Amino acid sequence: MNRRTSLPPSGTPVSAGSALRSRIRFGLITLVVIAVYWWSIQGMHFEGIQGTAGTVSKSILTGFLHPDWSFVYIPDGEDLLRGLLDTLVISVLGTVVAAVVCIPFAFWASSNMSRGLALSGSGKLVLSVIRVFPEIIVAILFIKAVGPGSFAGVLALGIHSVGMLGKLYSETIESIDRGPQEALIASGANRLQVLRYAVLPQVIPQFLSYSLYRFEINIRSATTLGLVGAGGIGTPLIFALQVRNWNRVGIILLGIIVLVILTDLVSGWVRRKII
Amino acid sequence: MIEFDHVSKVYPNGTVGLRDINLTIKEGELVVIVGLSGAGKSTFLRSINRLNEISSGEIRVGGQSVTRAAGRQLRLIRRDIGMVFQNFNLIKRQNVLSNVLSGRVGYHSTLRTMLGWFPKPDVAIALDALNRVNIREKAYVRADQLSGGQQQRVSIARALAQEARVILADEPVASLDPLTTRQVMDDLKRINREMNITTVINLHFIDLAREYATRIIGLRAGEVVFDGTPEEATDEALAEIYGRPVLKDELLGGVS
Amino acid sequence: MKAAPQAEPLQPASLPGMAPPPKYKRYAGWIVLIAILIACSIRTEVTPYQLITGLPQMGSLLAEMFPPDWSYLPTIWAPMMETVQIAVLGTSLGALLAIPVALLSASNLRVSRSVSLPVRMVLNLVRTIPDLLFAAIFVAVLGIGPFAGMLALVFFSFGIIAKLTFEAIEAIDPGPLEAMSAVGGNRLQIIRYAVIPQALPYFMSYLLYTFEVNVRAAAVLGLVGAGGIGLLLDRSLGLFRYDRACIIILLTLVIVLIIDYGSALIRRRLL
Repeated sequence: MNRRTSLPPSGTPVSAGSALRSRIRFGLITLVVIAVYWWSIQGMHFEGIQGTAGTVSKSILTGFLHPDWSFVYIPDGEDLLRGLLDTLVISVLGTVVAAVVCIPFAFWASSNMSRGLALSGSGKLVLSVIRVFPEIIVAILFIKAVGPGSFAGVLALGIHSVGMLGKLYSETIESIDRGPQEALIASGANRLQVLRYAVLPQVIPQFLSYSLYRFEINIRSATTLGLVGAGGIGTPLIFALQVRNWNRVGIILLGIIVLVILTDLVSGWVRRKII
Repeated sequence: MIEFDHVSKVYPNGTVGLRDINLTIKEGELVVIVGLSGAGKSTFLRSINRLNEISSGEIRVGGQSVTRAAGRQLRLIRRDIGMVFQNFNLIKRQNVLSNVLSGRVGYHSTLRTMLGWFPKPDVAIALDALNRVNIREKAYVRADQLSGGQQQRVSIARALAQEARVILADEPVASLDPLTTRQVMDDLKRINREMNITTVINLHFIDLAREYATRIIGLRAGEVVFDGTPEEATDEALAEIYGRPVLKDELLGGVS
Repeated sequence: MKAAPQAEPLQPASLPGMAPPPKYKRYAGWIVLIAILIACSIRTEVTPYQLITGLPQMGSLLAEMFPPDWSYLPTIWAPMMETVQIAVLGTSLGALLAIPVALLSASNLRVSRSVSLPVRMVLNLVRTIPDLLFAAIFVAVLGIGPFAGMLALVFFSFGIIAKLTFEAIEAIDPGPLEAMSAVGGNRLQIIRYAVIPQALPYFMSYLLYTFEVNVRAAAVLGLVGAGGIGLLLDRSLGLFRYDRACIIILLTLVIVLIIDYGSALIRRRLL
């Protein structure tokens, strides 16, 4: 940014006035940036750090190096595999619910499907309002409403994803080729038939691809839902953290990393097949 | 078959698209519309199946008023009019057969078409249509894997599967090379003769018009300034349509 | 899901394309998907029925949130600002860390593979851990407070910015790189005069984008004790003061929207 403002476009003679003006602008920007950082540092209470941080770090490191393998599978109880499975299941359900629910929203928000800019604009507004709520806040509200557990997690991921996917879907719909619609109208198709034979075939593959991409994001979010009580692997993790069982924290983090990498690989493979 | 009765079209910004057009296209004719770009060729063609609205006058196809029809009635009229576009307007990532079958949705209930279940005879009609344009073997290939000329044949097959009595072709060869241009024009001509389908084509190349048409209509600024046989469409007559001598790039060349 | 029917151009014996491709391929994907959904539904006992009955409860909760408790606004102002401070520092430090890593990972800068591969692997590992998990860990290590939250965001933003930037560097025009090598520039000179001018606008844009993401993230860090407005949200909800929770959420939304708007404005001028 600074380079841009301080360098005049090549080929034009530099007048003294414009050089001075850009220098003043550069100075002002620097001042603002410095002020923002100075203000931000005031907010950090460095004295708040525990004196035991050093020893804790050491025990964490040993914990990570010696993960609690016995936690991976416990015949009758909450173990790592069950926690990871729940996390996976929550993100699958949340993504699928969102991928379906957001379709009407997406058509509503698309300027080439809704009649009039006011209508599509209102759809866009609704989607962005849904989008600004972080899933974890939605999750907390749902826990208060329907009690802790996977259900709250699914709803939280689902609602947040509706906002995200709805936006991407509606951009896809807006970018389609108008030609096939015209061809269908010319052959005597009604509105629904035009939708089914000219619009859907163009957008469905992209919809699926975006949903898979969203699934990759949701699986990461789903690991944190348990921290507030919305099911999945986060619940045993927060317990282990509270009792400072670092060996268990180590194995859980390891499990999360493996799960995320595996789902990324699978989802990437499926996405390549679709497109 | 197709009647224009005092048809005019004025765009909201005041541009005149069509000016008091009166003519009748008889069944089985192969009419080619020529004229400069912006002369109203496309408006003329697209007003026949009411993809464009007209401002005044009336258009009738097969005795039925296109202008006054609405809803289901309009859709039934459109079902009898096939259309071929410059850019083919196919669903690129679907196979050829699905594209051709989409021409048949007008024959079935909304519910049935939503589920995508076309009856066996429809598939036979679609395959037969592909046979007529010599690409039967491409039925299960994705449309985007075909060449431009093949894609245009698919869109002709779509119009045929529609069992249309009229085919409108809006610059059907404008995005094709000279060789495939002739193949596509040959297909259109053959279908016109063998199946007695009234065909109206917009063309940029006037030598193609002379070669294939049974009747040439020249438009200038929305008005019919020429209407006659290809023999009557001499260079002098065409100069009248264009308001200047015919340019080299308006000839495809290489008449065989 | 739908396997693309491949063109089989040279199979004269079997007359390619004359017979429809087998149907099972088309349906296999959908059948697998439905099977997965049913299995998931059984596992979590989340059913469409629950979905329908759960929503009215959500409605009654929302009803309890109104009217919001406006008198709470002065109390939450300072924590809200702390949230922004955490996001500013977390994003900036993360971005600083991201620069060398992005340069070492980019394949077009001819870094030896024995360096770039491990660097990329660490980057990919960091990217698998979500922000809130980092926060929970740092709170356990460093104790409750904004510093733990800031560190969490440092790692989180580092992952995003390094990934996006190294991809941007790999996409730059190779011409200036060759020109600089041709005039005998050493590696640092090449980076300074050929890479930075091209990649800097992207880097700044990603920095701002990550800042937007981080303001949202910082707002919830308090839920695990990592400072900011989230702590008060957690407390209000714990005390069933939904009117207070509402004002916190509203203020967060306003701040997030203002920052999004400002950042989008700057980003549009950058690119």
